[in-house]
Amino acid sequence: MSGSPADASPPGGIDYIAEENDPKFVELKRRHRSFVLPMTVAFLVWYFAYVLLSSFATEFMATPVWGAVNVGLLLGLGQFVTTFAITMGYVSFANRRLDPVSAEIRADLEKQEASA
Amino acid sequence: MSLALQPWERVVAAATETAENNPVLNISIFGAFVAVTLFIVIRASRNNKTAADYYAAGRSFTGPQNGFAIAGDYLSAASFLGICGAIAINGYDGFLYSIGFLVAWLVALLLVAELMRNTGKFTMADVLSFRLKQGPVRMAAAITTLAVCFFYLLAQMAGAGGLVSLLLGIHEQLGQSIVIAVVGVLMIVYVLIGGMKGTTWVQIVKAFLLIGGAIVMTVWVLAINGFNFNTLLESAVAASATDPKDAILAPGLQYGKNPWDFISLAIALVLGTAGLPHVLMRFYTVPTAKEARRSVVWAIWLIGIFYLLTLVLGYGAGALVGADVIKAAPGGVNSAAPLLAQALGGPLLLGFISAVAFATILAVVAGLTITAAASFAHDIYANVVKKGNVPPDGEVKVARRTVVVIGILAVLGGIGVQGQNVAFLVALAFAVAASANLPTILYSLFWRRFTTRGAVWSMYGGLAAAIILIVLSPVFWGTETSVFKNVGTAIWPLNNPGIVSIPLGFFLGWLGSVTSTKPEDPKKAAEMDVRSLTGYGAEKAVEH
Repeated sequence: MSGSPADASPPGGIDYIAEENDPKFVELKRRHRSFVLPMTVAFLVWYFAYVLLSSFATEFMATPVWGAVNVGLLLGLGQFVTTFAITMGYVSFANRRLDPVSAEIRADLEKQEASA
Repeated sequence: MSLALQPWERVVAAATETAENNPVLNISIFGAFVAVTLFIVIRASRNNKTAADYYAAGRSFTGPQNGFAIAGDYLSAASFLGICGAIAINGYDGFLYSIGFLVAWLVALLLVAELMRNTGKFTMADVLSFRLKQGPVRMAAAITTLAVCFFYLLAQMAGAGGLVSLLLGIHEQLGQSIVIAVVGVLMIVYVLIGGMKGTTWVQIVKAFLLIGGAIVMTVWVLAINGFNFNTLLESAVAASATDPKDAILAPGLQYGKNPWDFISLAIALVLGTAGLPHVLMRFYTVPTAKEARRSVVWAIWLIGIFYLLTLVLGYGAGALVGADVIKAAPGGVNSAAPLLAQALGGPLLLGFISAVAFATILAVVAGLTITAAASFAHDIYANVVKKGNVPPDGEVKVARRTVVVIGILAVLGGIGVQGQNVAFLVALAFAVAASANLPTILYSLFWRRFTTRGAVWSMYGGLAAAIILIVLSPVFWGTETSVFKNVGTAIWPLNNPGIVSIPLGFFLGWLGSVTSTKPEDPKKAAEMDVRSLTGYGAEKAVEH
């Protein structure tokens, strides 16, 4: 456990360049990126829209909706709701669409290594 | 108006009384926390043998446990006391501030946590140097790690001094210095004996107490207001000292004068969290990427719920204690939560909340110290200086010595900055994390053509830009609250450097990469790609 990077690599015998082009892996990577990248853009846009409204549209944010509750408070609480929703959405997506494929590829790689 | 003042006066009288009478109670509750956690730390540390045990708790924590520890680490005194106080005095803007801290976790969840867990072992530099040149990248990553830890640590230690005057009634310099030293020594003991395992348990216990205390106080505040949030807001408005009174319900009181400053801060908050080295290191304490994911999910729920509670507590403190009383109390804004505890549950609840606040500082400094020590011992000593030729226990030995050195530096630094306005240090730590760390992390995980030169440029460039802009800003020059009071003028107009330094960090990473003539090893890149997504190698390697 000296911590040199060579120790971190599993023993050789695996052609990672070939593995990277394996259709199964290509599909895993596509699924992962086509979920996380657009989602990241979406929540960042929504967050900065909220920050900009709070900075430059204070009158609008102060518009009362119900009693002392105003638009700003509802949009702020909306940030909490979307954060929790994206979290749950990602977990369910990863459990259904990512984990089974990555477990399968991991098993393949372990077999390859054992036979090498 | 004179009638309305009476309850405030009672609270002021009570607060003065407390400052004289209850330090013993506060100290005993804190002492009980220390005794319990020390017992847990000693038990947990029995089989700390390897580097993986010391730095990564043997990768033995479950997702929920690690989620609590992350929440314990993340909800620092600045979050708890600072945000409650900001809401109590400035209303909506305090809430606005807290949201950035929460949304930031989505970056960690979606882009960073699992991929980091799959490709690294102990430190952030493990991931960054995976497919790039070891020496320069590790060195740069260790330097940015140490910088972030140092800024954050100094802020926490300085905060400890302020808390002491508020909670224990110790106002003289010597007494405060002694308490800072006690916090430092306790922290060294925890980290030396317990390593990552001990540190993690301290954070878990602290998160339970903090969130538990906040829930009790929230229910109490809501009960006073007939479990009607609208009534609470109305009583906060009625007690408000602002003009107009309902200004606390809308944005603008705190950040309205310079919205661009807040936007710059918001960018650093939302992008900084996933680049904080002590947060990243927590992902290595769990056995698999799936557990890393569960950790972040638990952390998001706990942190999110906690910030919702602070919304109630902040407005509650505004309504029940009053902004004027809070501002006048020793500790100022930070005293809102303790004064609210006092108003609700008397000395016992105040003592409990005070002890939690101390525990918070202790847990956060412990987490920062072990991260800095791991980075120095694992990255600089073992991999850059000794090029990986270190005897099995040599690295941990160096890490332990580093812990002592960092502890001493933190105590001296904490005493040195007493009375200084160091609130900017936390924001600076986030800005450096977002400018120097996050670009390189994302590029190395998601961009194939990223190179060593890009990494080094981005890390040093982002770090330098953040620090230089802070030094040129009103934080240092020309205003009443500057480090150099009313001296000179600030060249850079904003207190937060993020709006320039973060894009610059990303730009330099791109520029350095496209101008590189030396291509990186395509085999290593393919290996990193495959392993980061599948967990191959990382998950098996830990099953001893």
